[in-house]
Amino acid sequence: MVEQQVISRETGIEDTQYRWGFELDIKSDVSPRGLNEDIVRLISAKKREPEWMLEWRLKAYRHWLKLDSQGPQWANVEFQPIDYQDMIYYAAPSSQSDGPKSLDEVDPEILEGFNKLGIPLEEQKKLTGVAVDAVLDSVSVATTYQEMLKKAGVIFCSMSEAVQNHPDLVRKYIGSVVPYSDNFYATLNSAVFSDGSFCYVPPGVRCPIELMTYFRINELDTGQFERTLIIADEGSYVSYLEGCTAPMRKSHQLHAAVVELVALDGAEIKYSTLQNWYPGDKDGRGGVYNFVTKRGKAQGRGSKISWTQVETGSAITWKYPSVILQGDDSVGEFYSVALVNNRQQADTGTKMVHIGKNTRSTIIAKGISAGRGNNTYRGQVKMMPTAGGARNFTQCDSLLIGDECGAHTIPYIEVRNPTAQLEHEATTSKVSDDQLFYLQQRGLSLEESNYMIINGFCRGIFKELPFEFAAEASQLMRVSLEGTVG
Amino acid sequence: MTQTLTRYERYEADFHALDTAGRPQWLQDLRQTAWTRFLDLGFPTARRGNEKWKYTNAAPIARMEFGHDGRSRPNGLSAETTDAAIPRHDAWSQLVFVDGVFAEALSSRPESTDEVRVSSLEEAVLSNSETVESHLARHTPFEDDGFAALNTAFLRDGAFVHVAAGADVETPIHLVFLSTGNAAPTVSYPRALIVAENGSRATVIESYAGLNGGRYFSNSVSEMVIGEGAEVEHYRLQEESEAAFHVGSARVVLGEGGAYSSGAFSRGAALGRYDLSVLLDGPGSACRLSGLYVTSGTQHLDNNINIEHAKPYTTSRLNYKGILDGRSRAVFGGTVLVRKEAQKTDASQSDKNLVLSPYAEVDSKPALFIYADDVKCGHGATAGNIDEETVFYMRSRGMDVDTASRLLIHGFASETVDTVREPNLRAYLESQFLDTLPGRRLEF
Repeated sequence: MVEQQVISRETGIEDTQYRWGFELDIKSDVSPRGLNEDIVRLISAKKREPEWMLEWRLKAYRHWLKLDSQGPQWANVEFQPIDYQDMIYYAAPSSQSDGPKSLDEVDPEILEGFNKLGIPLEEQKKLTGVAVDAVLDSVSVATTYQEMLKKAGVIFCSMSEAVQNHPDLVRKYIGSVVPYSDNFYATLNSAVFSDGSFCYVPPGVRCPIELMTYFRINELDTGQFERTLIIADEGSYVSYLEGCTAPMRKSHQLHAAVVELVALDGAEIKYSTLQNWYPGDKDGRGGVYNFVTKRGKAQGRGSKISWTQVETGSAITWKYPSVILQGDDSVGEFYSVALVNNRQQADTGTKMVHIGKNTRSTIIAKGISAGRGNNTYRGQVKMMPTAGGARNFTQCDSLLIGDECGAHTIPYIEVRNPTAQLEHEATTSKVSDDQLFYLQQRGLSLEESNYMIINGFCRGIFKELPFEFAAEASQLMRVSLEGTVG
Repeated sequence: MTQTLTRYERYEADFHALDTAGRPQWLQDLRQTAWTRFLDLGFPTARRGNEKWKYTNAAPIARMEFGHDGRSRPNGLSAETTDAAIPRHDAWSQLVFVDGVFAEALSSRPESTDEVRVSSLEEAVLSNSETVESHLARHTPFEDDGFAALNTAFLRDGAFVHVAAGADVETPIHLVFLSTGNAAPTVSYPRALIVAENGSRATVIESYAGLNGGRYFSNSVSEMVIGEGAEVEHYRLQEESEAAFHVGSARVVLGEGGAYSSGAFSRGAALGRYDLSVLLDGPGSACRLSGLYVTSGTQHLDNNINIEHAKPYTTSRLNYKGILDGRSRAVFGGTVLVRKEAQKTDASQSDKNLVLSPYAEVDSKPALFIYADDVKCGHGATAGNIDEETVFYMRSRGMDVDTASRLLIHGFASETVDTVREPNLRAYLESQFLDTLPGRRLEF
C-alpha cells in the first residue's frame, strides 16, 4: 500500500491523494511576467547562447505572434483561454545561476527536495542504474553519473550545456523533427524554452545505464518549457525515462515541452514517461495544462523508436508522441495508459507516418476514465505512397468507471499505398461484473478486485516500462483511482 | 469566404426568384431561416479543425456557378431514357423527380390508401398535411450544416411517404432523383420525408442518377421518422454521372423499439458526399447500416455516418466497405455517440477498404464518443490490398491470377450486397455493381 501523506504547505489545498504536492522552499530568480521579444532575448542572454540560437528563438516568436492566440481548437478538451501575458517564462533557482559544476555544488535544499520526491541525486543513494538530469522549473540543476557516461562516450547533459559545449550537434538537429513552426505550443516552446535534456549516443554504443530526466515545476505562475533532444547515432541504443510532478496550486500552470528524437541507421531509442503533474482538485481547480509535442524520427534504415507513456496527472493532457518512419524497415511503437479521474481531461494518442519501405508500427493504447474525467484517444496512421509493404496494427481499449465519465476514440487512417496493410481495433466497456464476481467469490474485496482487473488491463503496457518505472506506475494507478472503485 | 461571396449572389437571386405563392407561412418562414443560416455558414471549408470536412474539399462546388430553375418540367424524357440509369421493377411504386421536380408521367405511384400515402411533397404541403408540417425539416438541423441549410432554403418539392400505424407495406417505394445535366451546370435540391407511424413496416429505395453526363450539383436531404416498433428498410443508390457533384444527407429518428436498416451503394459523381445520421431516440431501438463505395478514375467519395445512442438498450451495427482504384480517393468518417442515459448500448462500427491502385487514397476516421459506462462498443478499420497468399493458394489450384483476384474482390463486395433483402434490388446490384468491379493487375 502507498503511504498517504498530506504535504500541502502554503498551497492551502486539501488533497489526500497527490503526495507530490508540496512546495520546495527555494529562492528563485524569475523573469518579469509577460511575453515579448525582450523576454526571449533575456532568456537567451541568461543562457549565454550563441547568436544563431537567439535568431532561431526570435523566428519562432515572430511566427507565434501570427498564430491564432487561442491555440489549436480541435482537441476534445475544454478550458478557459490562457493569458500568455500573465505568465512567467523563466524561473531558475537563484543559487544555480552559474550552473553546478558537480553534485557538491548543488543547493542542499534542492537535493533534499528531490530526495523527498524519491529521486535522490547523490550517487551513493542512487536509483539503481539510472543517470538523472533533474530539471527544476526552467533549468537543469544536476546530472548524475557523468563519469560513467563519459567513459562510454555518451553525452548526457542539460540543453543549456549542450548549446555551449556541443553547438554543432544541437544546431544540426534542433528543430529537425519538430520545426519551430510545427504547432502553437511547439512554436511557443521554441521561442522561450529554458532548458531540458540533451543526449547523444555515439555509433555502436549501447548506453550502459538508463537515462532519466525528472521535471519539477515549483515556482508559482510559471510556465515550464523544456526541450529535449536525443540523438542515437548508427547502431546505438538508449533507454530514456521521464518523470514529472508539481506542487498543488489553485491556479493552472502551463507545461509546453518539446521532445525530439533522432534515430540513425540501426539505432534504437526507447522513451518512457511517467506523467504525474498535479491533476487539480476534485472540482477541477488548479492542475497542470500539459500541452506537449513529442516526435521521433526513425531516420535510418532499420532504426526503431518506441514510446511508452503512463499518463495519470495533469488537469489537461494534450500530447501525441509520434514517429516518422523514414528509413526503410524502421519500426515505431506506442504503448500508452492514460487515466483520468475527477475533472481531468486527456486528449492523447500518437501519429505514425510511414514513409520508408516495409516500415512497421504498433499502437497499443489503454484509456481509463473515472469520476467526471474525459479521455480521448486520437491517433493517426499515415501510409505514404512510398511506404510499400508497410504494416500497422492499432488497438485501443477504454475502461469506464462510473457513469459520469467519458471515453472517446478517434483514429485517423490515411492510406495511399496498396501494399500497405493496416488494422485498427477499439473496444469500450466497463469492468466486467462476471470478473468482479469471480474475484470476490475468491475472497477479495470489491476494491481489491477492481484494482486487480484494472492492473491486468494495463499489464501489457506496464511490461514495456523499465523495471523501476513499472512498479511505480502500478502504484500510481492505484493512488489516482483511490475512492472511485469499490 | 470573401472569394466565394460572388457565387452566393447567384444562389441569392435564385432564392428570391423561387415562386412560393400559395405556400403556407410556416414553410416560407422555414425557408427564410434556412437561407439566413446558409449565408452565415456558407459552404464548409477544409481548414484545420473542421473535423467533419477534414478530408473533403467542397471548394469545387463553392467555386462553381450553378443555375437553378425551380419551375423546370421534364420534357422529352421517356421512361426508356430514365430506366437506363436506374434500377426498376414493375412491382415497385415509383416516384420520379427530374431536377428536383416531380415528374408525374414517369412515375407509377399507388393510389393513396388508409395504409400508405405516397405523393409529392408539394401536393402534401398544398393540401395542408399536418404530418408534413410537424415533421418537415424538424429532424434535419441545419444550424451547423451549410448544405442542409441551402437545401432547406430551396425547399419546394420532393417526395412524401406516410405509412399509417400498424400498416405493413410490402411493395418497395422507389424514389428516383434524376438530374438532366445539360450544358450549363445546374443545381437541384431533392428532398424526401418519410414517416413510418408506430408498428408499421416499409421499404424505401432512393436512387440518384444523371442523364446526360454533364456537370451538375445535386444537394439532397432525406428525413425519416420511424415510430415505436416500426421498421424501415432503406436503400440508397448514388449513381450520379461522372462529372457530377453530389452532397446528400439522410436523418433518421427512431422511437422505442424501432428498427432501421440501410444499405448505401455509391459509385457515381466526381465529388460525392453522403451524411447519414441516425438518432436512436427510443429505448430498445436498433439500426443496421451497410455501405459499399467503389471509386475509380479521379473520383472522390465521402461517407460520413453518425449514430447517436440517446436511450438505453439501443443497438447499432455499422459495416461499410470500399474498393478503390485509379487515382481516386475515398473517405469514411463515422461517429458513434453514446449519451449518458444510453446504458446497455451495444454498438459496433467497421470500415474495410481494398486499395487496388498505388495512386488511390483512403482516409478512414471511425470515432467513438462514449459517456455511459455500462456499454459494449467497438470499432475496427482496415485497409490493404487483396491477400497475396490467398491468391497464391488459388493459383496453386489451377486458377489464373486474374480470375483469382477478381473472385476475391467480388467476394469482398458481395458481402454487402447480400445484406439487401429486396430480391429485385439485389439482382440489380449483383449485375450492375458486382459484375463491373475493377480488377487488379497483380505483379508476380
